[in-house]
Amino acid sequence: MLELRPIFDAIGEFLNSILPEFWVTIVSAFGTGAIILGVASVFVLFFVWWERKVSAHMQQRYGPMRTGWHGWLQTIADGVKLLQKEDLIPRDADKLVYLFAPVVCFVAAFLAYVTIPFGEGLIVQDLNIGILYIIAITTFTVVSLLMAGWASHNKWSLLGGMRSAAQIISYEVPLSLSLIGVIMIAETLSMVSIVVQQEGWFWNWYVFRQPLGFIVYYIAATAEANRTPFDIPEAEQELVAGYNVEYSGMKWAMFFFAEYINMLTISAIAVTLFFGGWHAPAPFLDFIPSWIWFVGKCLLSVFVLMWFRWTYPRVRVDQLMAFAWKFMLPLAFVNIILTGFGIYLF
Amino acid sequence: MELGVFYILAAVIVVSGLLVVTLKNIFHSALMLILCLFGVAGIYILLHADFLAAVQVLLYVGGVTILMIFAIMVTHQLTGKKIKHYNEQPVPAGLIILSLLILLIVSITRTAFEVADKAEPMPTVAVIGRALMTDYVLPFEVVSVVLLVALIGAIVIARRD
Amino acid sequence: MATLEHYLILSAILFCIGVFGLLSRRNAVGILMSIELMFNSANINFVAFSKFINPDILTGQIFSVFVIAIAAAEAAVGLAIVVLLYRNFDIVNIDKINFMKW
Repeated sequence: MLELRPIFDAIGEFLNSILPEFWVTIVSAFGTGAIILGVASVFVLFFVWWERKVSAHMQQRYGPMRTGWHGWLQTIADGVKLLQKEDLIPRDADKLVYLFAPVVCFVAAFLAYVTIPFGEGLIVQDLNIGILYIIAITTFTVVSLLMAGWASHNKWSLLGGMRSAAQIISYEVPLSLSLIGVIMIAETLSMVSIVVQQEGWFWNWYVFRQPLGFIVYYIAATAEANRTPFDIPEAEQELVAGYNVEYSGMKWAMFFFAEYINMLTISAIAVTLFFGGWHAPAPFLDFIPSWIWFVGKCLLSVFVLMWFRWTYPRVRVDQLMAFAWKFMLPLAFVNIILTGFGIYLF
Repeated sequence: MELGVFYILAAVIVVSGLLVVTLKNIFHSALMLILCLFGVAGIYILLHADFLAAVQVLLYVGGVTILMIFAIMVTHQLTGKKIKHYNEQPVPAGLIILSLLILLIVSITRTAFEVADKAEPMPTVAVIGRALMTDYVLPFEVVSVVLLVALIGAIVIARRD
Repeated sequence: MATLEHYLILSAILFCIGVFGLLSRRNAVGILMSIELMFNSANINFVAFSKFINPDILTGQIFSVFVIAIAAAEAAVGLAIVVLLYRNFDIVNIDKINFMKW
């Protein structure tokens, strides 16, 4: 039907027929990179507009209405505006680190997409350590935030950077532990194998066997992406804007971009591990292509994240840390123990 | 191809390692340390130790170096411009280290290692996990206790009372 | 094809850089960083020997996991001590910390 895998196979065969092997490797590497970048950019453009609309409608406003139908060109207008902005570098900034921080943030956000299966066969590389790779590579975000906070030579940036690093590291622990339950049941770390095991009706999805793990994961991931209720690092009212306060123009846009990409990443992990990945909820719905199911589930999850943001108030720093260490972490351990008992009994 | 990747990674590791010990600004040293440790993770992948590479990135980049950057940020004295960063020993230390390096390289190249020509079991995670729970269960438990003690010790040392 | 000697020499260079930093740095965090470099060179050796000498039991990788865990513990305690010294005596230079000697 409308599966995308055969198209990529055809392109691969065509490349193999006209180019030597070494160049096929190079071309396909850059090609997949470009495709991922393009797809993610389209998602981000959409998310920015969508978030504005969602927030507006939740507050009984209209949101952007003037640029295009219901303002759908708003993000592009914003992008053009950002490109025209003056690119400021603070006088006392540590220039090299200041310039590299957004790049590291951007690259770290993108590297996770190597092992995310967007559909049946639509994965860049199915690594043996799939999920562990994603958890590991996204820690570079913390480094970039600290770099940005430190290099700006501004106390608000420094405070924001340290707060967000502390928050992300604290929530990294329950997040990793919450995924262990799924890994124990699946007996593999590879993303594709985990999805394949959830085939069939929707009650095969791991969320029904790992409800506690899913809840812990989703809360921790929300905190990891610095979204409200956990957006202390960029609390506009008290910290101006956190680590990115000195950034302007495209460098600021890169941080912003990475944030929305991370939102898609955590949704994609949730869908892959807990909601059956590319599988339809019922076998007779299989005529709809797998990537549409995956994207649809991801969009639903992103919508829930936006819903959180416009529903809950922000928590305090000490509450945030206490919540991570005194509530989430024990809950994740309880989940692991329960899963162990479950595997032993059944 | 593999040799080329090895040389690139080795260059990254050696250059960033040298910068770690020579840069004046300790924050930059920490960033170079991250680069160096990431290069070591690349070496692990080249050695087919994919699980270990992920653990390296997760624990070193996400844990140890972030801790160091925190320590640097709360002790402002480390990043000031005026302070000396070396003691009186770099020249004698350098000479001794150079001779140690030559000694090591000579002894490595002169030794004939018995290289086995076997492939390792490929999803290494399962093998490592099983070994940790059977043959190495005692060291595993000891390391857990050490980590716990270190955690409590660090909190007790650093807390303000 | 990179041989065992390649990895061993790389690890020897890294180890020597670490020892040099350990001997010549003045501040405590720099010294901890040098120690991390030495740990990593040992780990490269472990994994390389495991891959080339005895690939089917992965002993070297398991030891590397232990080394990484110990390095994390060491860094936590070491940095706690550095922060404490800074807070109480306002110094981070190792050669000024000599209160225990008379």
